[in-house]
Amino acid sequence: MKLENVQKEDSQLIQKKMIADHFNRLSHAKELGKKVVYTFVPGNLNELIWALDMLPVHPEINALQSGMRQLSGGYIIEAEKAGHSEDVCTYVKCDVGMLKQGNIGPTGEKLPAPDLLLLSYTGCFTFMKWFEILQKEYNCPVVMLQVPYQGDGEITAGMRQYVVDQLRDIVIPALEKVAGRKLDSERLHTFLTSSARSEEDLVAVWDSARHHPSPIDAYFGGVYYIGPIFTAFRGLAECEQYYRSLRKEVEYRIQNHQGPTTPEGLFNNQKFRLVVEGPPNWTSFRDLWKMFYGEGAVVVASTYTKVGGLYEYGFRHDPDRPFESMADYCLGCYTNRNIPTRIEMLEKYMSDFEADGFIINSIKSCNSFSAGQLLMLRELEKRTGKPGAFIESDLVDPRYFSAANIKNRLDSYFQMVEARRS
Amino acid sequence: MDCEEIISRHETLCQDTDFNYVRQWKAKRQAKVVGFMPVYIPKELVVAAGMLPVGIMGAGDREIIRGDAYFQSYICRIPRSTLELGVKGKLDFLDVFLFPAICDVIRNLSGMWKILFPKVFVKYLDLPQNFGPVGRKFYIGELEGLAADFERLSGKKLTDQSLRSAIELYNENRRVLRDLYNLRAKFPHLVSTYDVYLLLRASNLLEVSEHTQCVSAYIRSAVKRQKPERDHVRVVISGAFCEQPPLALIKALEGSGCYIVDDDWVLGCRYLLSDISLTKQQNPMEALADAYLTDTVSNACRFETSRKGEFLIGQVKDRSAEGVIFAAPSFCDPALLERPMLQDALSAQGVAYTGFKYAENTGQIQVIKEETGTFADSIKLWGSR
Repeated sequence: MKLENVQKEDSQLIQKKMIADHFNRLSHAKELGKKVVYTFVPGNLNELIWALDMLPVHPEINALQSGMRQLSGGYIIEAEKAGHSEDVCTYVKCDVGMLKQGNIGPTGEKLPAPDLLLLSYTGCFTFMKWFEILQKEYNCPVVMLQVPYQGDGEITAGMRQYVVDQLRDIVIPALEKVAGRKLDSERLHTFLTSSARSEEDLVAVWDSARHHPSPIDAYFGGVYYIGPIFTAFRGLAECEQYYRSLRKEVEYRIQNHQGPTTPEGLFNNQKFRLVVEGPPNWTSFRDLWKMFYGEGAVVVASTYTKVGGLYEYGFRHDPDRPFESMADYCLGCYTNRNIPTRIEMLEKYMSDFEADGFIINSIKSCNSFSAGQLLMLRELEKRTGKPGAFIESDLVDPRYFSAANIKNRLDSYFQMVEARRS
Repeated sequence: MDCEEIISRHETLCQDTDFNYVRQWKAKRQAKVVGFMPVYIPKELVVAAGMLPVGIMGAGDREIIRGDAYFQSYICRIPRSTLELGVKGKLDFLDVFLFPAICDVIRNLSGMWKILFPKVFVKYLDLPQNFGPVGRKFYIGELEGLAADFERLSGKKLTDQSLRSAIELYNENRRVLRDLYNLRAKFPHLVSTYDVYLLLRASNLLEVSEHTQCVSAYIRSAVKRQKPERDHVRVVISGAFCEQPPLALIKALEGSGCYIVDDDWVLGCRYLLSDISLTKQQNPMEALADAYLTDTVSNACRFETSRKGEFLIGQVKDRSAEGVIFAAPSFCDPALLERPMLQDALSAQGVAYTGFKYAENTGQIQVIKEETGTFADSIKLWGSR
């Protein structure tokens, strides 16, 4: 089926409108008198930002959108010309290059400069340097929320208290100062209550992949499913509406033994069920996806879709424990968990979702994900007895996507999985 | 001992990937050894618990066979050479291995070590990035937790008095290192950076009091040296705080016409800028925390915005340097992300700079030597601005 003939589902239309409306609001933020907060996806404090009536911008989302629109390559070169090393994160360079070329956002409208940089330092060291760089570019205030790493695979009382203390003593006062108003706890309560409802629906969506055929693709489709809750919308009514709608669509597919929708239509003939570790490549996203569904491979669970919030173990934002639950949210994001925990999580996915194997997409830009993945590969093969494949690409640097190499490797891998079955 | 004898011994120490000094220390003392990765850990706590802190800085330019199997080509070299040492059994003397928060690679290495070496007590040390009262409370909690771990592992009570004594030992050590750096800045023809570097590397291994004596002896001997002062330019090295350059590269930098008058390699032993203040009323744990929060070098691993570059410019001015050489390991996120900001700060002050990347096993030294030599020549010809 050709792309233009594929019927968009309600949830897709809702999400498209949410994004368009948000970027439209951002482009008119100054006229609307709205303050703008730049922040990151993992460990984001969306409910606080909305409760103070400010607008969030996520630089890594802008970068991945630029990647999907084939703009990132030029932005990266622009940043490298300005002295940024070829070795470092391409999200950062894409963002810097976009800024230097006028800061035009993914919808073609100019993004407003930040009134505040809210640095949620969760699971990624580069975030810290990124906002140091942006602070120099924008010369605006910056406030940090340091989220301790789960080095021993657990959240201690001291770690949680540190995050709560920072929220109360540093982050909220800084947000209030820029917003020009006090935090309305009732409003925060409302947003957190809404977040929990969306989280509940999202977990049901992830869990649906236990079915055969899987009604979702938990990686390529999954990045769309996480769109609203990971970015500017968690806590908002339209976000709830999106997840209600998505859940209904998935339930419909289960009842009708349907697979997910791909760019080429329904994907019912699923030959391989896979788990994927690592972020996707954005510059050739659809090509990569096609290398999977074209061979009958559906992704039943992925770790990238837990980088901005991990809900399947029971965590929900809790309006009655607002700061403690925000702390637990931040502390629980996927890349804030140590390597042994990440391996255990993948092992559980393999078992829970009856996967035939797993694939690691190792991203050059992202040491937070990538350092340790070769050990993860060995350990997972050892523990599950299932084959793993290792491919390499980058987030948004088109120079690091070699379609022929990746396709060769994937095709060989699928043949191996097939052979092991028989 | 004179300088040459001291440096000869330290060359052996630095290149000994069997860590014979540490093994002998352990056998003699029947005590535990605490390894740590760069950049900074509070070594005072280790010593106060009767253990030996040992800085692990990779395997230098040794060939790597097994370590490469654990890391992709785009990850720096120090984790792979450190793992190589581990899987070959060269670090089997370690009872504890601390991984301080400096970057995502070292952070993830902590989890890998837990899996590969389950008998070692592995700890990720989360250092605060908020330097006010909230960060202080967290950090003191972290230090107290670490102290409790050390007491349990060493079987020795870590008392206020033992911590005070350890702090005093390290205060003295930092004093002689400051003296060494001041002496080199004043008489770079008498105190080569090669020597200074080896003395610093020894701080990763030797008992602190022994190291202090070595540095003091070197200083006493160095001031008596008779060497001609050369027409070299005075430079500061920046960015080499984690993975270390090969010794041949350090020699080559000096040989290219540069007097290195300040640097940031083996930074952990000079991370705190002055003595840890310790009055009778002060709690030593709090004093240790306060020193980390308020009295350290500026470094790419610390969150810093408004004063970016000030510390480096201060080094240039204080040491009367004529330029800065950025020397960062390939794929080092902290150093390489920091560099454009520091370059901007230097440009604003009219300070000349150049830069290169290296790895522990860099073999293309001549290319770098030519680059830094050209940089030195350009300063001689046209000045630093």
